[in-house]
Amino acid sequence: MVPAQDHWRPNVQYLLLLYASEAGWSKLTPAEQQQGVAAYRAYTEALTKAGVLRGSNRLQPVSAASTVRNSNGKTQVLDGPYAESKEQLGGYYMIDVPDLDAALSWAARCPGASHGIVEVRPIWAMAG
Amino acid sequence: MSSALLGDVISAPEGDGQARSTADAVARRSYSKLVAFLAARTGDVAAAEDALSEAFASALIDWPRKGCPANPEGWLLTAARRKIIDESRRQRRGEIAAGHWQLLAEGLDAAAANPDIPDHRLALMFACAHPAIDAAIRAPLMLQAVLGVDAATIASAFLVSPTTMGQRLVRAKTKIRQARIPFTVPEREELPGRLGAVLDAIYAAFAEGWADPGGTDVARRDLAEEAMFLGSLVAELLPAEPEALGLLALMLHAEARRRARRNDRGEYVPLADQDPSRWDSWMINGAEALLRRAGTLGSIGRYQLEAALQSTHVHRRRTGEANWPEVVQLYEALSALIDSPVIAINRALALAELKSPAAALEAIKRLEGDARLTEYQPYWAARAELLARTGAPDEARQAYEIAIGLERDPAVRRFLQDRLSALAR
Repeated sequence: MVPAQDHWRPNVQYLLLLYASEAGWSKLTPAEQQQGVAAYRAYTEALTKAGVLRGSNRLQPVSAASTVRNSNGKTQVLDGPYAESKEQLGGYYMIDVPDLDAALSWAARCPGASHGIVEVRPIWAMAG
Repeated sequence: MSSALLGDVISAPEGDGQARSTADAVARRSYSKLVAFLAARTGDVAAAEDALSEAFASALIDWPRKGCPANPEGWLLTAARRKIIDESRRQRRGEIAAGHWQLLAEGLDAAAANPDIPDHRLALMFACAHPAIDAAIRAPLMLQAVLGVDAATIASAFLVSPTTMGQRLVRAKTKIRQARIPFTVPEREELPGRLGAVLDAIYAAFAEGWADPGGTDVARRDLAEEAMFLGSLVAELLPAEPEALGLLALMLHAEARRRARRNDRGEYVPLADQDPSRWDSWMINGAEALLRRAGTLGSIGRYQLEAALQSTHVHRRRTGEANWPEVVQLYEALSALIDSPVIAINRALALAELKSPAAALEAIKRLEGDARLTEYQPYWAARAELLARTGAPDEARQAYEIAIGLERDPAVRRFLQDRLSALAR
C-alpha cells in the first residue's frame, strides 16, 4: 500500500548493534565458525547490493577492551568492557533506509539476530 | 468526542456564536483526519497535535472577525502548517535538514487547497500500535493521538497518575519521531499480525471503559465510546478484515448489555439473571450482522470467536434453549488460539452447566498455582461458585473471601458477599 507520508523526508541512518555471547562462538567447531562467517559475508553482500550499507565492522573480543573515564582531572583507565553481561557487543552495521520498518526487517535478516540480539538505533543526524 | 481540543474550543473567550459552532463542528468531524494527515506528513505526532490545537485557537479569533472560511479544514491545515514550520525553524531539530521543510510546506499547501484531505487515520493507528512501541502504552496513545482524548482522562481510566500517563505518552510520541516509525498500513502479508496489535489496543481501551458497569464514572464510560468509535473506523476502513468486524461485533454485544448489568437498586446482575428486554436490540442486531459478514471472509480469529460466544449467550437467554455444547466448543476453539487462564475459567463455567460442577473443578485444577491468577477476581469467584455447588462450603468460603478482597467494584463486592452469606445459612 502507498505510504501515507510524502517522500520529502530524507532517509535515516540506523546503527545495528550486534550483541552475542563470545563464549558461544568459541565453543563452535571450526566448520561451524566457517559457516557463521559465510552467513555474515552473504548478509553484508545483500546490504551492499541493496545500496543501503554505509559501514560495518566486527569487533575484537571484550578481552581486548579498555574503558577510559576522566574524573577530578585524572584519567582513569580500566581493563575490560563498560558493561559486563551475558552478551557482548561484537560488531555493527550502519545502514541508510527510509524508516524503522525497513531497518527492522534488515535487522531480522542479520545472522546476529539468530544467535544473539540486534539493537536498532537511529543515528542523530546533524542539522544541515 | 470528549477531546482536550473540544474543551479548548468550548471554553474559549466569548466569540461569534456561528464561528464557534462551525469550529466545534469541524473539530468533531475532522479532528482525527486533520491530526492524522499532519502527523503522517511530519512523522511527528506531538507537533501535529500542538499545531492543530493552535490552529483551532486562531480560528476562534479569526472567524468571528472575518467570517467562516469556505473551506474550514483547508484554513485549519494552512494555519497548522505555519505553526509546524515556525516551530521546526525555532527548534532547529537535528533530525531533519532545513531544506526539506520547504518540501513539506509545499506538500501541505497543496493538500490545504484540496477539499478532500487524504484519510491517514488508519496509518496513524498502525504507528501507535507499532511493535516498537511499548504494548502497554498503545491503547492510551491511540486514544490521544487519533481522538485527542486528554492525558488526565486516559490516566484516570487506566488507573495511573496524570503525570505518569503524560510522561509515557510524550515518550511514545518521541519514539515515533526519533526512530522514524512509519505511518503506513502494512503490506498484505504483514497485515494480520500488525492489525492484531491495533485491535488489541482498541479492545484494551474498551475494556478499561467497560470496567465501570454503572456508567457513573464519566471518563471510563467515554473511553468505551471512544474505543467503539476507533473500532468502527477500522472496520469501515478495512471492511474485508474479518477480525476488525469481529472486534466491533464483540464491543457492540458487550455495550448492548451495559444497562442490564445493574438493577434499579444499583445492584450487580450477572448475565444469567439479566432481563433481556433491557438489552439494546439495535446494537445486538448490528453485532450479529457484522459477525455474519466476518464469517463469509474465510478466516477465524479471537475476536470473532469471542463475539460468537456473546451471540450464543444472547440467544440462550432470549429463547431459553440451552446451548452449552456450542459454548464449550467455542471456548475450546478460543483456547486453541490463545493460551489464557481467563478462557480456561470461562470454559469451566460452561462445562459446569453442560456436565457438572465437579467436571468444571477438575478442568481448572491445572490452573492452581498459576501466578497470573493469584490476583484475578473472576478465578476466585468461579472457584467459589463451583466449590459451593459441589458441596464444599469451607473451601468455597475461603475462595469467596479472596474474590471479595480483590474486587474493586463495590456492587460486585456486595454481590459476592451475598453469595458468601447464602453459603453460611
